[in-house]
Amino acid sequence: MRRIVLWAMSTLTVLVLLFSYNTSRSSTAVVAAEARQFTTTSKSSDSSGSTSGSSSASSTDSSGQEPADSSSDTTTDTTTGTTGDPATGTTGDASATTTVDGDAVMTRFGNVQVKITVADGKITAAEVLQVPWEDRHDQMINSRAVPVYNEEAVQAQSAQIDVVSGATVTWEGYTQSLQSAIDRANI
Amino acid sequence: MSRPMARHGETDAPPAPSRRAWVEQVMGMPVSIHLRGEGVDGDEARRAADAAFGILREMDSIFSTYRDDSDLMRLRREQVQVSQCSPLVEESLRLGQQAEVLTRGAFTTLLPTGDGDLAFDPTGLVKGWAVDRASVPLLELEGVSFCINAGGDLLIGAHRDLATSGPDAILWRVGIEDPLDRQRIASTVTLARGAVATSGTAARGAHLYDPVSGELVGRPGSVTVTGPTLLWADIWATALFVGSAATREAFAAGATDYLSTAL
Repeated sequence: MRRIVLWAMSTLTVLVLLFSYNTSRSSTAVVAAEARQFTTTSKSSDSSGSTSGSSSASSTDSSGQEPADSSSDTTTDTTTGTTGDPATGTTGDASATTTVDGDAVMTRFGNVQVKITVADGKITAAEVLQVPWEDRHDQMINSRAVPVYNEEAVQAQSAQIDVVSGATVTWEGYTQSLQSAIDRANI
Repeated sequence: MSRPMARHGETDAPPAPSRRAWVEQVMGMPVSIHLRGEGVDGDEARRAADAAFGILREMDSIFSTYRDDSDLMRLRREQVQVSQCSPLVEESLRLGQQAEVLTRGAFTTLLPTGDGDLAFDPTGLVKGWAVDRASVPLLELEGVSFCINAGGDLLIGAHRDLATSGPDAILWRVGIEDPLDRQRIASTVTLARGAVATSGTAARGAHLYDPVSGELVGRPGSVTVTGPTLLWADIWATALFVGSAATREAFAAGATDYLSTAL
C-alpha cells in the first residue's frame, strides 16, 4: 500500500483539487493558489476530506512576496476559479470509488500534477504525481510539507503514523501518549 | 478507507526499512531518537545516538532553569558574567533578540520567574536549538534517516546521500495530536527532512507566556509549524499560538521557509 506523499511548494502553493463528477463525463479542475497561509483546519468542517484551503479569515495573501532566491523561470499560476462543489454533482453510483488524474498545473517551479481519489462522492485522498523538483537536491524544499486534514488521519492507528507532534509532554504525561506507544514498539 | 489507492500498475511498496529507537529523559522531557534505514542495528548507530543525547544533556547543563548550577542560573544570580559562561549562552542571547524582533515581540526571552520577576529565559528556543545541534552526529550515519522527538517537537533528517524522493527515500509520516483529544491524530504531514513544532496548552495547561498581556495563555487549540530547523519552527509555533494577526503577518513576511497550521 502506498502512503500519501505530499510535497511542499516553497512559496506555499496550496493545491486545492476540485472535482466534479457525473455519469456522462468527468472533469477535473486543479486550482493552485500561491499565498502565505495560516491555514485553519476546522474541527466542525463537513469532513469532505479535501486539503485545507484558505478557510481562515486571517489568512494573508502575499502572492507578491516571493523568495528572492527563486531560480525558476516558469510562469506563476494563480488561477482561483472554482468549478463547483467537490463531487456533489454526482448522479451516478455514489458509492463508487474512482481515481482521477488531474491536469498538470504549471506552477512557478514547473508542472505539478495531482491525482485524487473519490469515494462516496467525497475526496478522500490526494496524491502528487508530478513534482517539478525531482532533480533538485535541495533539502529545504523537501522539508516543507502541507499539513492535511483528512479522514483517514482522524482514524489513523498509531501504526500508520511514524511519529507524533503535539504540545510539549512532560515525562509524567508521556506514558499515556501515542508517541510512547510508537517508541515502545521500536525499542 | 484507510489507505489511498495505489497508482495504476504499481504493486505494494517494498518492505519498510529497519527501525530502531531509544528513549531518554532529558530536559525534563521524554526524548526519543528513531533511526530507519540500513545500518541502524550496528554499534556506529548506537554511538551516534549516544552522542546526540550527550549534546542534549550538555545544552541542559548550560540552560536548565531547574538546576542551580547551570550557566544560565549562575548568570541570573550574577555569580558569573556572560563572558565566563559557555559561548552558547551569548549565542542564546543573540538568538533571543533575533526571535523577539522577527516575531514582533510575540516570542520573548524575558519570562516570568515565578517569583513575580521577569528574567532572561531562553528555554523556549533552547529545546529546538538543542535538537538541531544534536542531529549533527546522526547526519553522519550513511543510509540512515532519523527523527529526534523532544516531547512533541521533532526534527527529521538523514545522511546527505540518502534520496529525498523516489523509491529509496525514507519518509516519515508525522501525526499531529488533536489538541482536544491527545489520543487522536487530527492532521498529518509527511516529510523526508524537516522540523515539526507544536505549541499549545493541552499537555501542561496554561504555560505559554504572552508578553503583550503579561499573562500565561491558556486557550485551547494548538499551532504546528514545519520548516527546516526546529529552532525556528518552535519559536514561530510559540509566537503564533500566543500572538495576534500582526504575528501572522510577521510570519508571512519573515519566515518564508516555514508553514503553519492551527488546530
